[in-house]
Amino acid sequence: MLMLTDVLVLAAILFCISVAGIFINRKNVIILLMCIELMLLSVNMNFIAFSHFHGDIRGQVFVFFILTVAAAESAIGLAILVVLFRKRKTINVADLDTLKG
Amino acid sequence: MTITAELVFIVPEITLLVLACIILIADTLHIEKHATLTYWLAQIALIVIIFLVLIDFPDESKRLFFGNFVSDSMSGVLKVSICAITICVFFYSYDYLKEHELIKGEYFVLGLFAVLGMMVMVSANSLLTVYLGLELMSLSLYSMVAMHRESQTASEAAMKYFVLGALASGILLYGISILYGVSGTLELPALSAYIEAQSGNNILLVFGLVFVIVGIAFKLGLVPFHMWLPDVYEGSPTSVTLFVSTAPKLAAFAMAIRLLVDGMGPMAGDWQGMLIILSVLSMAAGNIIAISQTNIKRMLAYSTIAHMGFFMLGIASATQLGYAGSMFYVMIYALMIMGAFGMVILLGRKGYEADNLDDFKGLSDRSPWFAFIMLILMFSMAGVPPFIGFWAKWFVLKEIIANGYIWLATVAVILSVIGAYYYLRIVKLMYFDKPQQMTAIKASQEMRFILSLNGLSLLFLGFMPGALMTLCIRAIGY
Amino acid sequence: MNIFDNMEAIYLAIVLAPLTGAIIAGLFGRIVGRNGAHWVTIAGVGIASILSLIAYKHHVFDGAAAYNGAVYTWLSVGNIHFEVGFLVDRLSVTMMVVVTFVSWMIHIYTIGYMHDDLGYQRFFSYMSLFTFFMLMLVMSNNFVQLFFGWEGVGLVSYLLIGFWFKRDKAVFAGLKAFLVNRVGDFGFLLGIAAILMYFNTLDYAEVFQQAPALSTATIEIVAGHDWSLMSFICICLFIGAMGKSAQVPLHVWLPDSMEGPTPISALIHAATMVTAGIFMVARMSPMFELSETALSFVMVIGAVTAISMGLVGLVQNDIKRVIAYSTLSQLGYMTVALGASAYAAAMFHLVTHAFFKALLFLCAGAVIIAMHHEQDMRKMGGLYRYMPITWFTCLIGSLALIGFPGTSGFFSKDAIIEAVYHSNLPVAGFAYYAVLAGVFITALYSFRLFFLTFHGKERLNKHTWEHLHEAPKVITVPLVILAIPSLLAGIFLIGPMLFDGYFMQAIHVASTHDVLAEMGKDYHGVFSFTLHAFKSAPVYLTLAGVVTAWVLYIKFPYMPAILEKRFSLLHKILINKYGFDDFYQVVFARGSREIGRFLWRFGDVRLIDGFFVNGTALTIRWFSSVVRTIQSGYLYDYAFAMILGLLFLLGIFVHGILN
Repeated sequence: MLMLTDVLVLAAILFCISVAGIFINRKNVIILLMCIELMLLSVNMNFIAFSHFHGDIRGQVFVFFILTVAAAESAIGLAILVVLFRKRKTINVADLDTLKG
Repeated sequence: MTITAELVFIVPEITLLVLACIILIADTLHIEKHATLTYWLAQIALIVIIFLVLIDFPDESKRLFFGNFVSDSMSGVLKVSICAITICVFFYSYDYLKEHELIKGEYFVLGLFAVLGMMVMVSANSLLTVYLGLELMSLSLYSMVAMHRESQTASEAAMKYFVLGALASGILLYGISILYGVSGTLELPALSAYIEAQSGNNILLVFGLVFVIVGIAFKLGLVPFHMWLPDVYEGSPTSVTLFVSTAPKLAAFAMAIRLLVDGMGPMAGDWQGMLIILSVLSMAAGNIIAISQTNIKRMLAYSTIAHMGFFMLGIASATQLGYAGSMFYVMIYALMIMGAFGMVILLGRKGYEADNLDDFKGLSDRSPWFAFIMLILMFSMAGVPPFIGFWAKWFVLKEIIANGYIWLATVAVILSVIGAYYYLRIVKLMYFDKPQQMTAIKASQEMRFILSLNGLSLLFLGFMPGALMTLCIRAIGY
Repeated sequence: MNIFDNMEAIYLAIVLAPLTGAIIAGLFGRIVGRNGAHWVTIAGVGIASILSLIAYKHHVFDGAAAYNGAVYTWLSVGNIHFEVGFLVDRLSVTMMVVVTFVSWMIHIYTIGYMHDDLGYQRFFSYMSLFTFFMLMLVMSNNFVQLFFGWEGVGLVSYLLIGFWFKRDKAVFAGLKAFLVNRVGDFGFLLGIAAILMYFNTLDYAEVFQQAPALSTATIEIVAGHDWSLMSFICICLFIGAMGKSAQVPLHVWLPDSMEGPTPISALIHAATMVTAGIFMVARMSPMFELSETALSFVMVIGAVTAISMGLVGLVQNDIKRVIAYSTLSQLGYMTVALGASAYAAAMFHLVTHAFFKALLFLCAGAVIIAMHHEQDMRKMGGLYRYMPITWFTCLIGSLALIGFPGTSGFFSKDAIIEAVYHSNLPVAGFAYYAVLAGVFITALYSFRLFFLTFHGKERLNKHTWEHLHEAPKVITVPLVILAIPSLLAGIFLIGPMLFDGYFMQAIHVASTHDVLAEMGKDYHGVFSFTLHAFKSAPVYLTLAGVVTAWVLYIKFPYMPAILEKRFSLLHKILINKYGFDDFYQVVFARGSREIGRFLWRFGDVRLIDGFFVNGTALTIRWFSSVVRTIQSGYLYDYAFAMILGLLFLLGIFVHGILN
């Protein structure tokens, strides 16, 4: 039988992986976008698990909203990426350091 | 009340949505060089919204749409302020965008959507609405920052803002999911009631709370979640910086009040400590790093961080008057920073951003009047009595002292005094240094007028802080 | 219609007239031009001056009751009101007359002194603005406004010290004044905060009314040690006064402030602003009277300042610096009088000092102008032939300063010495001998200045000598006008001011401390007071001082050099001003690098290099680079900082609950 904690631990692991991905990855901006997506999915996991074990539908409704927002977010993220690439000819995270100090 | 009857309370939001969509379509169909039509339509839309909020100004607190939405006097006041500030921001922006040939109708449409997001945040009564409002606002802001496609810095700033913003909202969401899991509810008052009923500390609630605090701290730019702020302020076109630095702060204030006070009021003992730590860090880092800046946009960014730290102290006092003090502070702050960036816009011209401190050298020789306006702004920001910035600080300090945090007040005062140096340095540059260029200031009459009005309103408020304060106290005391 | 019907309007006009002048000259300086700027400010201060005289007549001669009222309520939150209010009684009206009158004279004098300066309009604007703040301070009826005026005069003072901002020394002096005054203001604010906390009001009248009831209250600042609340508040307030009135050890800024233009030295750093501390303590007399600890503290500080600063004055060669140290010493006298509860005597000396010290400074200014900005007395001498009016007025000023019988300074200084003699505070004995010795020293350094400048061998260089001439009318007329009260004010004021209850309720003296009443028993008019003085030590000490000065600097001019060698250690100590400056320099420059670095970073490189040795400049750059690297520009670092923050909060709060 799948317990609530099992799902939560899985979601937590996913969350940690995605967060780690954001600050460990120093090469590709696209990986950042993937990590963000993963992070939102781990949260979705949480919501669904809670919703199921509470017997409350609102958590699942929340998930739908998150999915929608995530889609919009990726769209904007990719658009910014395109602008960035056109101007800089690189999508290397380590190259984004003109603004500092 | 049936849902249809409840619709009447969200007429401003619905109208804004409809108008924003119409303007978007009008903008795509009606192509012109200066997007004049879009600009004016957007301004009219905002005026209409202010009007709509004012006609049916919410006197009492009403929770609507199955507890997802709240209409109370705080939301009313903030909505009007957000729209009014946005009108001024559009005003400054229009001049700037035309001058720098960046004008696009989308700027105003995105601005309107951001305002819609803020209005939703301000009236949010459930974790879901907070999140949706926040995202609508943030997504619009990300795109606005990226709008200047020819600029290296703007695209970099947009990317940083976007990634970190997404990370912050991910963290916030994770916190929300924990809170939902523990309490089984999304509505803020129900969450509060659940926490109230709990005896002793619930470890999971505190766990969720920390994540939520991070989300809020990111939006306000509290240390160590502030890193995006200087880069975005410096990298964006000044008109976008202007927008990002004003209205969204009011919305972030509302978000903090909704989540922390409405939703987790009984846990005040926990979040107070966190906010105090973040506040002190922000005031210290902001004030100290600002001293070594040479770019005024970046300096103002660090000053923002310091101000946000100070402003947070009011909420950290966890009293009604403290919240009112914070609300007062954030409104005044928006006015001050708007004027300051307005000055940067005023001094710039085609192909030239006046964003170096040196550009302010000898301003009193070039234009004594605007040097005087800038003097008011800087004194106000530094918190020199009797300027309004002093009162903002005073209200907040009074509350934290009343709650026994004398050491905190002392720290805040010392850090503000350190901070006063970089504001006064600008005054020194304006009045005592030789100008590097003697070109006359090229700005439209309207721009000059609004900027003067902006500055003088601060001076005037400095002598009459009572009215605005009363308004804030009333707005908070539901 | 009687003009006294509407005194409120008059008070308002007194305050607003200089402000209007300052605004017009400051913001529209280019439009009104140089002449316009001086006319409008002189008119503004003149109006204030005449109206002050009317108010003076109203209160002192017509015996009107004190006016205490709010003219404008700024804001009221709960039971705390922020108001612009005036408390005009005999104490404040006396100050008003002194401030506006001296300011008016100095405005006129400035036309001549600053004639060729580029910042002419700005200078007039600042001076009028200063007058406005000073009046706000003096006329205030609550602590907020007092603080507002207090900071305002300070601000203008820093601006004016650094007026010639192209001179590094001037900028440094302005900064020094700013920093030293921060220390004082910190105490002052602390005092006000304590008042707000315990009295729950900031209105003078209400505070004074509640004060006796709280005289035995205690405050616990360090756990386990109860301090008397009154002593705490009074000492805090007095620390503020020490900063503004330049008492040891917060005196270091005043001599350096002489870098500013001379009219400013006369107006701000001699006659008015520096006496704000004295005035404030007199105003707070109902509170100070409740704490003997505070009074003793005040007296000791005053006595130390009076004697030690006079000694330093003996070895200075810059004409303005000698007068500056003399000011410090005289402020010490006033402070001693405050400590002895002889508030009226302190105010009396304040008034006479304002006149004769402004006079002395303006004389010095006239000499400096004539000498083409040469301030070293060793390069002067014999000037009396060329500048008779300046010579004569300076003689009057010096006589008043040393307390020559019959001059204004004689009465006020003698009254202070007498008062200290009668005081029964435990430290009064020490203070008495200090002020007595001070008399001799005062006479010595004053006449050293006088002889070195106006008499003896002409040590001028040829170029200066050729251009030497008496100052123009705009300069000599204020000198003469100021010489009159310097000479005569004492005769007319001593009786009423000290012994006839002149200040009425404005000053409160506990019956056990009332030294002036004690003295009043022996007072039988001006003439007998003067005669009586010949039976006591001070007059002979004064004469001895003058004679010594004559012997040393006229008769045997080679003597000082020999003495210098003989007492080289003492001379070294005095030249180094007891090491206060060096000590602070070390503390600021090395000891408190942490604070210093932040404070100084904002300054120009020029300033930093001037202030720090080159090594510390490197440290700053190093520090700055460290701070900047935190904001590295890399996205992953930003994200990492956020995660660290998150973990930090989780660590503290979640972990805290687990344990």
